[in-house]
Amino acid sequence: MIKNFIKNVGWPRIIIALFLLALFITAPFVGVNVFTSFNNTIVRFGMNGVMVLAMIPMVQAGCGLNFGLPLGIIAGLLGATLSIELNTEILEKLAQLGSQYKISWLTQEFLQTYREPLGFASALIIAIPIAAVLGWFYGKLLNRVKGDEMMIATYVGFSSVSFMCIAWLLLPYKHPTMVWGYAGRGLRTTVSVEGYWLHVLNDWLALDFQHEFTVNGKVIDVNLAIPTGMLIFFAVMACLVWLFMRTKTGTAMTAVGSNPEFARASGVNVDKMRTISVVMSTVLGAIGIIVYEQSFGFIQLYMGPFYMALPAVASILLGGASVNKATILNVVVGTFLFQGILTMTPTVFNSMFQTDMSEVIRLIVSNGMILYALTRKVRA
Amino acid sequence: MPDSINTPLLRLENIGKEYYGNRVLSEISFEINSGEIIGLVGENGAGKSTLLNILFGMPVINSTGGHEGNLYLDGKKVNFNSPNQALAAGIGMVHQEFSLIPGFTATENILLNREVLNGSLMSYVFSDRVSTLDRDAMRQRASAAISTLGVHISPDMLINEMPVGYKQFIEIAREIDRKNTRLLFLDEPTAVLTEQEAEILLIALKKLAKSGIAIVFISHRLSEVKELCDRILVLRDGKLITDESAENLTTRQIATLMVGRESLRKEEPVEIPENPVEEVNVDETLGVAPAGDDVETKMLKKKKKKKPALRVEHLWVDMPGETVRDVSFEVQKGEIFGIGGLAGHGKLGIPNGIMGLYPAGGKVKLFGKKLALNKPRAALNRKMAFVSEDRRGVGLLLDEPLDWNITFTAMQTQGRFLFGIPFIFQMRNELAMANETKKFIEALEIKCTGPKQKAGELSGGNQQKVCLAKAFVLRPDILLICEPTRGIDIGAKTLVLDTLKQYNKENGTTIIVTSSELEELRSVCDRVAIVDEGKIAGILPASRPAEEFGMLMMGEKMRAASAATE
Repeated sequence: MIKNFIKNVGWPRIIIALFLLALFITAPFVGVNVFTSFNNTIVRFGMNGVMVLAMIPMVQAGCGLNFGLPLGIIAGLLGATLSIELNTEILEKLAQLGSQYKISWLTQEFLQTYREPLGFASALIIAIPIAAVLGWFYGKLLNRVKGDEMMIATYVGFSSVSFMCIAWLLLPYKHPTMVWGYAGRGLRTTVSVEGYWLHVLNDWLALDFQHEFTVNGKVIDVNLAIPTGMLIFFAVMACLVWLFMRTKTGTAMTAVGSNPEFARASGVNVDKMRTISVVMSTVLGAIGIIVYEQSFGFIQLYMGPFYMALPAVASILLGGASVNKATILNVVVGTFLFQGILTMTPTVFNSMFQTDMSEVIRLIVSNGMILYALTRKVRA
Repeated sequence: MPDSINTPLLRLENIGKEYYGNRVLSEISFEINSGEIIGLVGENGAGKSTLLNILFGMPVINSTGGHEGNLYLDGKKVNFNSPNQALAAGIGMVHQEFSLIPGFTATENILLNREVLNGSLMSYVFSDRVSTLDRDAMRQRASAAISTLGVHISPDMLINEMPVGYKQFIEIAREIDRKNTRLLFLDEPTAVLTEQEAEILLIALKKLAKSGIAIVFISHRLSEVKELCDRILVLRDGKLITDESAENLTTRQIATLMVGRESLRKEEPVEIPENPVEEVNVDETLGVAPAGDDVETKMLKKKKKKKPALRVEHLWVDMPGETVRDVSFEVQKGEIFGIGGLAGHGKLGIPNGIMGLYPAGGKVKLFGKKLALNKPRAALNRKMAFVSEDRRGVGLLLDEPLDWNITFTAMQTQGRFLFGIPFIFQMRNELAMANETKKFIEALEIKCTGPKQKAGELSGGNQQKVCLAKAFVLRPDILLICEPTRGIDIGAKTLVLDTLKQYNKENGTTIIVTSSELEELRSVCDRVAIVDEGKIAGILPASRPAEEFGMLMMGEKMRAASAATE
């Protein structure tokens, strides 16, 4: 029975989980607050969840891991910056529509109360079509390089980031909170979303709990803020992906990933399915980064998205996905373990050795997992 | 005591081989003398390749547990563990597939790893690995080797710029350049040659034999074998059936020996159609004559009233290794039609082309209506189903459960096993999928743990049944099946073939079976077409004697016909 359990869960996950558990157990002894760490893990889980979810469609359709996630992230960044740039215009337009079509609930008051969620929604609404268009071209490209998708995807990600480095400077953004102060044009490297849609998901239905316990004369400060809204958002996205993978199209997509020849002989348009999967993956990447930013508080432009694909790839692999099979459970488990390690190792190790090893461990874990999973890749 | 003159060059004693409990060769014993040309013939799967692999020490033999029996070279017992040992002992081999380096010249290929070297200080200090090549000497040796074959090919020509025929000559030139080559195996060397080139090659081979090299010649072209060889060995089902001087055999006799229906029937529990009346019917209605062209014309005359289920006109299919050049035939509704022929002659290309899996052209009509080619979806929409010869590559989703495998095609093309609103949101109906799968698991006796077991975990025979179930679920009007019994054991074979017959009888489904095993085709089919070099050599009712099929397969008819016209 234990053998079966190990076989089902897989050694890498057991080892990482035990390691994570060990970190949580050691934490109090080296003066780290377990509750804060746990809370951080949950927040990071919610922040990264959707981006990890973005891996599923492409993996299932046999396009490999989406190393080109930065492309979707760029679409998300465009949506995010445009939502801030056009914030007032959008609100005005909505007020105008409200009065024009006599929509009773669409009042100035309503718009002011829900300014932030509306800003967040507008970011998503702008980002999704951009992501879909970029994803379509990206999908067409990947259809021409069957068998080497991951290599090409990596460079699609890198080159699109570099291209946008130029674009961020040249695009005619005007909003004072976003452009460089001295020149009056060109976006800054980081843009704060405070006052627009900071923590819209995090704070929605958030569970705040603050209390000081005294155990054996020791003061334990419990400070929890569970970002319920963000977790719900992730759950909804996960559900949508799960449902999609069970539709006729989703089934065809999985079959394409499993055996493209079989799918073709069954009358499925292989290239179309692959393109759909890439579009989905890119769109999810765009949504994912906006969720990330509303929690993080900043939009990171320029080289910000450059390495964004790696944590997502590492998470899903850590969760037990292979290069051609991935499930929602892989995403949940993987993201939790990966983000857990990422939160815990720096704090615990730093307190333990009084040195900053966090980055080294982070790199070893994330790159090590990618290496491990890619060596297991079986080419059909 | 045999003295040195009488000692055969190579003697085989009770050579046998089993692959995973599957016997492919048993008790092969014969001798080869210097300067002798031996023809080795047999159907696909008769054990020729395995025999060659043993003689050449291919690693596949060793890695599967070696072979039985002994080999004697010059009267001394030898055992080759690797091709290098065989090469060192003076055995050369020209494989069916070319092993040449495309970007290199003829000279470089012929002398690969046997280059003529210039001595130098560098090579004295380090090793021969750093010597430069003596290009002139190499070119001379290469030219000498090529001219021995009686052809004129520039030694500086690049391999990738050569026509296939030339490549074949270069392969042989490479073997004869080797100084110690005493025994040369040629595996279908003429298959890619034009008739003229083949003739040149045969003359060259005779010349080689005169110089004392023994040659083992494998070919499906029986007339060549008869013309070239001194002795002919016939392999059948892993046994040596005949070892006879070529003069004493006619090509017809050879064909009969190869196909050998009597012994095959014993092994094959599936009977040749029990109902002779049916056969006669087919014979009469279709007016089948032994010659293919006559069949076509007579059939067209007689069949004008009834619309055939499938009518194929001038079909060509570009399937790698199975090119179809120009094929026309008709299949009647409710008929089981067989397509046979040797591997590589295009029989598999026909169903694959009709189903749109490989680029194809020509006209295909289904019940009188034209079928769009090159679109698998179009063929599936017209209620055709296909069981691929490539079970693991095309036929199955190895990593997915059985219910996916069985219902997927029906789900995608016919919208079954789904619920929801069509075109907008349709989810797969797991329950319906599982139920349908259970039905087939029972009906076809598929050995598995249930509908959720992965297809890759099943044995070959059960996988084949899953493929059949996948086709049956589609409720096809026409069922195309390639190699229904390839790689499965005899018990499963019987079941698969019986299932086909039963399905045909119960549903009146038109079935087209493509198989390399002639006996199998003759046992299930009403009529069998034999494909030779991408064309139909002839269509015969299954009741005709096996020799007639064998002759068609060997391309004798065509050759004879062309000779007659000349």
